[in-house]
Amino acid sequence: MLKFILRRIFLEAIPTLLVLVTVTFFLIRLAPGGPFSSEMNVPPEVKAAIEAKYQLDQPMSVQYLNYLTDLARGDLGPSFKYKDFTVNELVNKAIPVSFKLGIVAFLIALVVGVSAGVAAALRQNTWIDYSVMGVAMIGVVLPNFVLAPMLALIFAVWFKILPAGGWEGGQIQFMVLPVAVLCKHYISVIARITRGSMIEVLGSPFIRTARAKGLPMHYILRRHALKPAMLPVVSYLGPAFVGVITGSVVVETFFGIPGIGQLFINGALNRDYSMVLGLTILIGALMITFNAVVDILYGYIDPRIRIK
Amino acid sequence: MFGMVRLYPFCFGTLVALFGFTGASQAADVPPGTKLHPVQNLVIGNGAEPSTLDPAKVQGRPESNLTVELFEGLVSQDANGKVVPGVAEKWESKEGGKVWIFTLRKNAKWSDGSPVTAQDFEYAFKRNVDPKTASDYSWYLGKASNVQNGIAIVEGKKPPSELGVKALNDTTLQITLEKPVAYLVSTLIHGSLMPVPKKVVEKFGDKWTDPANIVSNGPYKLSERIVNERIVMVRNPYYWNNAKTVIEQVTVLPINNQSAEYQRYRANAMDVTTDGGVPSEQVAQIRKEVPNELTLWPQLGTYYYTYNIKVKPFDDVRVRRALSLAINRDVITKQILSTGEVSAYSMTPAIADGYQAVRHDWEALSQAQREGEAKKLLTEAGYGPGKPLKFQLLYNTNEQHKKIALAVVSMWKRIGPVEVELVNQEWKTFLDTRNRGDFEVTRGAWIADYNEASSMIDLYHSKHGSNDGKYSNPAYDEVIDKAKVTLDPAERLKLYQDAERILAQDFPALFLYHYSNRRMIKPWVKGYGRNPQGRIQARDLYIVAH
Repeated sequence: MLKFILRRIFLEAIPTLLVLVTVTFFLIRLAPGGPFSSEMNVPPEVKAAIEAKYQLDQPMSVQYLNYLTDLARGDLGPSFKYKDFTVNELVNKAIPVSFKLGIVAFLIALVVGVSAGVAAALRQNTWIDYSVMGVAMIGVVLPNFVLAPMLALIFAVWFKILPAGGWEGGQIQFMVLPVAVLCKHYISVIARITRGSMIEVLGSPFIRTARAKGLPMHYILRRHALKPAMLPVVSYLGPAFVGVITGSVVVETFFGIPGIGQLFINGALNRDYSMVLGLTILIGALMITFNAVVDILYGYIDPRIRIK
Repeated sequence: MFGMVRLYPFCFGTLVALFGFTGASQAADVPPGTKLHPVQNLVIGNGAEPSTLDPAKVQGRPESNLTVELFEGLVSQDANGKVVPGVAEKWESKEGGKVWIFTLRKNAKWSDGSPVTAQDFEYAFKRNVDPKTASDYSWYLGKASNVQNGIAIVEGKKPPSELGVKALNDTTLQITLEKPVAYLVSTLIHGSLMPVPKKVVEKFGDKWTDPANIVSNGPYKLSERIVNERIVMVRNPYYWNNAKTVIEQVTVLPINNQSAEYQRYRANAMDVTTDGGVPSEQVAQIRKEVPNELTLWPQLGTYYYTYNIKVKPFDDVRVRRALSLAINRDVITKQILSTGEVSAYSMTPAIADGYQAVRHDWEALSQAQREGEAKKLLTEAGYGPGKPLKFQLLYNTNEQHKKIALAVVSMWKRIGPVEVELVNQEWKTFLDTRNRGDFEVTRGAWIADYNEASSMIDLYHSKHGSNDGKYSNPAYDEVIDKAKVTLDPAERLKLYQDAERILAQDFPALFLYHYSNRRMIKPWVKGYGRNPQGRIQARDLYIVAH
């Protein structure tokens, strides 16, 4: 296991991140407009003074090397947009918020999605199956930017039982609507994957054997079917987990949640180079980590692909 | 503020311009008998997360909205935008408007209880122009206020210590100008010109605006800041006019999505939306459901299309004039926008302090007559069947801008074969394209930094950084340069009007409309006025029982 982890870090994670940093570093600088361009064209000397403060006056190669040196020390640099903070400060404040929101949404999506998928598979081609798949289809196609205002209108404006936005440190009533919007997509996808793979497993010879032995269905399900049926779900969970944590841009923006999604979108729109780079690295690292976790989980589910 | 200067003849060597109170003040004026709500907490929108709370690093409205609550400059604005004394209780100008002496009130204090001194202002202003501070508005003291050496310091030719600002003693600040400027005091309301506490700034460096460190001198002090969620300010008990302040706590929400903000407002989680915080697609519904909460008043700003004078066919004034005459502005202001905007025929809005708009000869024509003349001009310029006028119109991606562009293009088509390609770009990309001059016609907008015609009309000076179309007319530059140093308000007004007349001859741009200030305000919020710059300050407000 240790060998697996070390190999993952040194042969895969670090080179991948390095490529990611390099590509992002130069790409964002190639994007038209800079962090300090604004509606008002400031005199060239003023612009030069600002660029000098953020070392943007130096050659690209020097900037790149400086960035890598700082990065090696864990320093993501000053934010170009939020001048009172460094990227580290902003990201450190935003991570717990996005994680809290993301983990709750993820767990709900997992439990509800798997249950709905299994139910649909067991009652294939019945009204249960059709309604689960119908709702899941709506969940996939209904965009968050439509669902979020709709829920806010119903629960905050009409019934006045939930707040229309804000976070307040993640109090439960402030989490209900964002979590509902955020987990909708994942519930749908997980339900669909679970259903498909469960139907396949239920039709396989070893399940038929179990049924022929006269074992009760709930026992077969728990003991024999669930584990193999989870394989495709698990492979989806790694990227899904990272997505749910970092990709909640619409949810965070609409509900005014101070998480990573808002930082990312504002960073990109404002050409906050250091912010975009810092978050890209963070998301890249999370992605690599959770893919590794998924690989380890695979082994537990299916001994044939256990890591050697 | 002109009222003040206008009273005094400028022929004397020394003139004194003391401010006379006219009932307006920088405090909540609660009429007797008003029943106040027991909880005086205000929640107000800000449109975006401020990029800083450090006055010297202010970039625009999202920052200024907060610096003027946390800090107080030499002068301030009342609810209607009129300049009133701030930390300075009076001021006088000497040497024909070249030297200004500000007398600070003795009871002005920082939120730690120490007195606000003239040295604090001297420090703040010098810090502002210092290239090391890297302030976006470092040019402002030199260019807008004409403070001595302001420009040279920004250009790195002189050290910041040479700035024409000097504390004569604890309560007397002297500002020396390059050349006399009558409206100096108006320029000093800018959000970047607040005093800063030297000791705190030097002790904490970039971290001095942290809630734990910050010391400010305004009606409020910072208590909490969560980036992208909220900023909370509470009363500064040491503020000199604290006794007349009513709102106890101000929560500022940086919501940049208008429909999200409006949803919160409808859910009663907000009292006042940000300036411009009226979602355009919901205006009809708002007018039906809560017409009294839709609050509109004119703004000191103009929406226009700039012609690139350097490229064909816009080097031909006939083309520029024809395209400008073809537009029926009222269709845009009354049918497309319909939220208090005013059709524009000039750069400077009529509401600018001390300004009177000129009425151009072509304004008097009917739309049919204007179109007739436009057709003729296009034909004269050589466009007609077989030779259409083709160009691109650039704007930043936004539904509203698109609607306006489509309307304008359809009006252009009425005057002849005009083929326009609409090009929209994401904001920063758009700015980059426009700054490079890589356009034929582009959308533009200008909002005044201070309430005086020069803040608007200066844009078409050949040396102005945001003169995107590179319009240059020596006669125009001369009038503007002369206006800036003309002390007599009547004479200055005439010069501004002359400048507008030149623009109406040369048509460097097609002025479409003057902006309005648009907010949703709950009926229980009282005390706000009609500040043409859109500012609403919590210290002027109070919440009545509801």
